[in-house]
Amino acid sequence: MVLKVRDLPNEEYWLSGNPSCHGCPAALGLRIALKALGPKTVMVVPAGCATIIQGTFPKTSARVPLLNIAFAASASSASGVAAALELKGAVNTNVMVWAGDGATSDIGMASLSGAAERNENIIYVCYDNEAYMNTGIQRSSSTPIGAWTTTTTTGKTEAKKDVPAILLTHHVPYVATASVAFPLDFAEKLQKAAKIRGFKYIHLHAPCPPGWKFASEKTIEVGKLAVQTGCWILYEVENGVYKLSTPSLPFTNKERRKPIELYLKLQGRFAKMTDEEKAKFQAAIEEGWISAANNARAGRLFSPR
Amino acid sequence: MSKYKVMTGNYGIAYGAALSRVELISAYPITPQTSIVEKLSEMVETGSLKAKFVRVESEHSALAACVGGASAGARCFTATSSHGLLYMNEMVFWAGYARLPMVMAVITRSLGPPWGIWSEHTDLLAQRDTGWISMLAQTNQEALDSVIQAYMITEDPDVLLPVMIGLDAFIVSHTAVPVDVPDQDSVDAFLPKNRVPGFLLDFDEPKTMGNMTYPEWNMEFRYEMEAAMKAAQRKIVEVDRKFGDAFGRSYGGLVELYRMEDAKYAVVVAGAHAGEAKDAVDELRSEGIDAGVARVRFLRPFPKDALREALGGMKGVAVVDRDLSPGLGGIIRAELSSALYGMKRPPQVRGFIAGLGGRDISVDDIKEAIVVTTKSSEAGEDEWMDLRRENL
Repeated sequence: MVLKVRDLPNEEYWLSGNPSCHGCPAALGLRIALKALGPKTVMVVPAGCATIIQGTFPKTSARVPLLNIAFAASASSASGVAAALELKGAVNTNVMVWAGDGATSDIGMASLSGAAERNENIIYVCYDNEAYMNTGIQRSSSTPIGAWTTTTTTGKTEAKKDVPAILLTHHVPYVATASVAFPLDFAEKLQKAAKIRGFKYIHLHAPCPPGWKFASEKTIEVGKLAVQTGCWILYEVENGVYKLSTPSLPFTNKERRKPIELYLKLQGRFAKMTDEEKAKFQAAIEEGWISAANNARAGRLFSPR
Repeated sequence: MSKYKVMTGNYGIAYGAALSRVELISAYPITPQTSIVEKLSEMVETGSLKAKFVRVESEHSALAACVGGASAGARCFTATSSHGLLYMNEMVFWAGYARLPMVMAVITRSLGPPWGIWSEHTDLLAQRDTGWISMLAQTNQEALDSVIQAYMITEDPDVLLPVMIGLDAFIVSHTAVPVDVPDQDSVDAFLPKNRVPGFLLDFDEPKTMGNMTYPEWNMEFRYEMEAAMKAAQRKIVEVDRKFGDAFGRSYGGLVELYRMEDAKYAVVVAGAHAGEAKDAVDELRSEGIDAGVARVRFLRPFPKDALREALGGMKGVAVVDRDLSPGLGGIIRAELSSALYGMKRPPQVRGFIAGLGGRDISVDDIKEAIVVTTKSSEAGEDEWMDLRRENL
C-alpha cells in the first residue's frame, strides 16, 4: 500500500506557532511524525533544537506526553519508558525518541547502541541537520566533509559518520533512512516501524536553513536535491531485508543523478569547498551507491532476530 | 512470619527491593555492588520477582532508564558505587530535580586514582546537592529495612524525592550476618502499593515534562524541593517509628542516639564505623568518660534540629569522617559545625579524618578521638588518624 496525504489525519499533534526557525525541517518532521504515529505516542527528547521548538514552560507545542531528558540519555530513558508502559499495560502505544545528530552520532552513541543491542521496543528518529545547530552550528560527526561550521571554519576535513550502517550491525528489526522532503515516505516508514516489535531506527535527513546557509523557503528543494543527486539514499532494512525506497530508485542509474554542484551551490556552508573536498564528497556518494547496489543484490543482510 | 537468614548487606538490599515489589530494575555492574543486581537478576529470571530488568551499558543509562520508568509510573530501583555513581551524576541531578520517586543503593567506595574498592563515603557525600534524600546504613539488617522505609518515604505525595541508601563497601556489603527477613504479607501491609505519579501515561491530558523554563518560573521549582526536604524530615521520623511498630526494629529516624541520655561527650559518625563508635563508648564509660554516639543516619535532609537537640550542652563533640572534601576537610564535621553555629552555647566540635580508601577504623581510633576531644578546648584543624607519616 502506498500512503497518500489523505491517509494522514487532519488533526495536528505538534502545534504551529512554535518557536522554530523559518523553514525548520525538525518542526516539519515532528508534524509528519506525530500525524503518522497518532496521539498514543510518548516522546522522548534530548537536548537539541527540539528542546526549543517545543516551546517554554508552562506552554508546549506537543499534544502527546513528552519527556525531556539529558543529552546522552534518550535511548536509555526511552528504554525505561517502554518497560514501564508495558508494565502498566499501556498497549498500542509508541515510544518515539526525537534526537538530533549530535545526540545520536556523538554523545548518545553508547546509549543508542545499548538500547539497539537490547532490542528495546522503541522508535528512534534522528533528525539529522548535520551539526550542533541549537548551540550555534558546531560540527558533529554527522557533518559532511567540506562543510563550514563554527568549529570547522575552513571546512570539515573528515567524512560524515554513517549512523544507519552502525545500527545495521546491531541487527535490529528495522532501520531506515528518510528525508523531510519526502514526507509520505517518512510517514510510511514510521507507520511500518510502529507495527514492528523491537528497536526501530529512522535517520531523517533534515536540511537546516540557518545552519546550512540557504534561504528558508528552500528546505524541501535542498532535501529533494540531496536525494536526486544521490547524496542521500533512501532505503529500509526490515528484519534484515534491504530495500531501496521509491524516491531513490531512479538514481541507481548514475546517469539519472543530478550533478552534485546543484546541491552544493545552494548552500553557503559549502561555498569555500576545495576541489579536493568536492572530489571526496563525490567519492563518498559513489561508495554509498556501490554499497546500496551490493545490499540490494544481496537482499537479506542478516537473519531476523 | 519473618525468618532469619544469614546474608550480606548486599543481599539485604536485594531482599529489601524484592519485598518492596520493585517493578523496574536497571543497573550496570561495579564492584562491590554486583551481588545486589546479580541476586535481583536471578529473582527476575526465576520469576520469584515480577519485575523488568533493563541490563544497560552504563550507569548513566541505568539511572536514565529509571528516570524514564518512573516518569511512566514504575516503581524503580538501581544500585551502584563509586565511579559508577559519578558517571551517572548528570542523571542523579535529573532524577532529583524531576522529583521522581525511586531508590538507589550506593555501596560507598573510594574514588580513583589510585584505584581502590574499599569503603569511603566521599562518593555518596559528593551527591549531597542533587536533590536526593541520602542516608548511610550501619548494618545488614538496617540495609534491608531501609529499602522498605525508603519506598514509603520517596513515594509520599509530600516528598516525591528519590532516596539513596549508602552502605560501606565490604564491611556491610559483603559481610554475612543473620538478618531478620520480614514476610511478604507484613511488608505488603506496611508499604502501600505503588504511588509513583506516571505523568507520561496521561494521553488524555498530555504533559510536557522538563521543557525550557525562563527565570520567572524556575526558582519556585527549587523552593518546592526545599519544602519537600523539610517534609521529608518529618516523614523519615514517622516512617521509622511506624516501621518499629510493625516490625519491632527502628533506627532513630534521622539520627540514631546511643548512650546519649547522660553523655558529656559525643562522637558523631555515619555508616558502619558507628559499630566501632558504640564499642568505644562502652569501653570509655567503664574508664570513667561519659560518652555517647550520635549516628547521622540521613545526610539529606541534614538533620540540623535533631543534632542540635542531641548535642546541645555537650562538653565536646568529636566527628570521625570517613570522607574528605580537599580544602575543607571532613564533610560531616563541616556540615555539623554549620548546623550548630548560632546556638546559644554550641559545643566545641573536633574533626577527625579516618578510614579513607578503606583503612580500618578501630575501636581504639574512636576512643582516641573522644579522649583528644575531652582534653582540648579549641576545635583546631581536622586531625588525620592512623596516618602513616613515614610514607609521606
